Amino acid sequence: MSTADDQTVGMDYLESFPRKFLRVYLPLGLIMVFLLFPFYWMTVATFKPDAEMYDYEKYNPFWILHPTFEHITKLFFETDYPLWMWNTVIVSVCSTFISLFASVCAAYAIERLRYKGSRYVGLAIFLGYLVPPSILFIPLAAIVFQLGLFDGNLALILTYPTFLIPFCTWLLMGYFRTIPYELEECALIDGATRLQILTKITLPLSLPGVISAGIFAFTLSWNEFIYALTFISSSENKTIPVGAITELVNGDVYHWGALMAAALTGSVPVVILYSFFVEYYVSAMTGAVKE
Amino acid sequence: MAVMAEPVAAQIKRSSLWSRAFESRNFLGAMFMVPAIAILILFLAYPLVLGLWLGMTDTKIGGVGRFIGFKNFVSLSRDSVFWLSVFNTIFYTVAASIVKFAIGLYLALLLNERLPFKSMIRAIVLLPFVVPTVLSAIAFWWIYDSQFSIISWVLIKAGLISHYIDFLGDPWNARWSVVVANIWRGVPFVAITLLAGLQTISPSLYEAANLDGATNLQRFRHITLPMLSPIIAVVMTFSVLMTFTDFQLIYTITRGGPINATHLMATLSFQRAITGGNLGEGAAISNAMIPFLVAAILLSFFGLQRSRWQQGGRD
Repeated sequence: MSTADDQTVGMDYLESFPRKFLRVYLPLGLIMVFLLFPFYWMTVATFKPDAEMYDYEKYNPFWILHPTFEHITKLFFETDYPLWMWNTVIVSVCSTFISLFASVCAAYAIERLRYKGSRYVGLAIFLGYLVPPSILFIPLAAIVFQLGLFDGNLALILTYPTFLIPFCTWLLMGYFRTIPYELEECALIDGATRLQILTKITLPLSLPGVISAGIFAFTLSWNEFIYALTFISSSENKTIPVGAITELVNGDVYHWGALMAAALTGSVPVVILYSFFVEYYVSAMTGAVKE
Repeated sequence: MAVMAEPVAAQIKRSSLWSRAFESRNFLGAMFMVPAIAILILFLAYPLVLGLWLGMTDTKIGGVGRFIGFKNFVSLSRDSVFWLSVFNTIFYTVAASIVKFAIGLYLALLLNERLPFKSMIRAIVLLPFVVPTVLSAIAFWWIYDSQFSIISWVLIKAGLISHYIDFLGDPWNARWSVVVANIWRGVPFVAITLLAGLQTISPSLYEAANLDGATNLQRFRHITLPMLSPIIAVVMTFSVLMTFTDFQLIYTITRGGPINATHLMATLSFQRAITGGNLGEGAAISNAMIPFLVAAILLSFFGLQRSRWQQGGRD
């Protein structure tokens, strides 16, 4: 990715600043404002007292005159929000680890053991990636119910891997392909077993790939909505996105402050994780498309 | 791919059957595949088939359904709400995808320029894609509020309109509102993946074109676009798939309203199957999405093949 960072050609560097400002900085700035405004708005609403929130005549809506934590304390102490947060963490962590384990094994087998028919299995797994959750959730609800998993974390932990495994496997196959065969052959000659090769050679060398897949899988499970909405019914088992939408709206009464606080605090953990691993995240996202 | 070298160690004779089995690639391969295949068969392949079957039954929640053939589809074909949802889905997908592509490509070209703080800007641009869709949709819900919409407030202060806009109460306003929210969420994905594609184009091509006196537009038309077309095909397939099967944005912002004006096929199937309890009918609506999805995938797949062949790659 770093081969050609700039596409500046010839004497482009002579371009005057006002011209470049109009051609690049201004449109870029406008798009950034469009992309960032909802976050700004979310943050402002979270810390704004109700009096200012619903009175645009007296207070300028763009600023906060008296910042308050009342919405956040209400969210944390008067709703099940801490439970939703806990459920989201548990479900995301478990389904990510299950998916990573299954995907590392599958990708290694498809890419390196090359058993009979491995190419077709690889293709089938890629096709699985294209099956959207919105056509699976109805039959899955029936299955989850039959298995007695309904309304529990396990329902989500077991179903999230259906969209995580195809993605992770596909990504890891690409990483494993870049590791030279010679390394594995050397290890085989030295008497290593396949499992030792996987854990001592292939995995350490493809650690960036594993981290990328893990980060991406974690954010995907954190963001998942339709399965969680369908399979969970009681408030204390919900995840953040579902809880915010279903529990913070009482009929026609919208608790906008609490809703915004939930949106903000539910986004912050993924954003922090993302900011630490931006490069891995981007390589996971683009890697899955590039193949 | 290189030819797989036969493992040398496999030629060393070992006595027990067990240890020989562990050197057989087919046996080991099967063992390694077990976790992934088990989960994918139970929770992906089986539901896919079960969904096709459910669509041909009259199953209700908590009951056992009877096979009724294509009756669900026949009744749906006379259901104006279903056709409205088909129209909405196509409108939503086409409108959002075109704009996402246009803004995404433009943003990718801008980010490919020489910029200060480039990696930080790229990280920020991707934020709408990283944040949970439902949670950012809540922010849009508040932005579109009929009494406290910030957009209306700004337009009134600027003297452009006299009344607050009823964003989510009027059918066409609501449709465009959710399309804008979808564009907001989808642009970063398109832009960042296309940027990754742009960065693989060798600068020497541009230098050569420059020496030949090509203008900016010609360079874009004859170098950037053709070199980028394979990745455009993939990105847009994903984008179309995600938009066509979208559920979260609509469910959060409008729940399909006003009077079903923004119901997509996915939200309608949820409403009929889970809220209404008619699993069979809901499954039939989901199944009706499959032909569109297959068509989208095939279209981009063949588009991809053609552009690869144009570039002199094999197949």
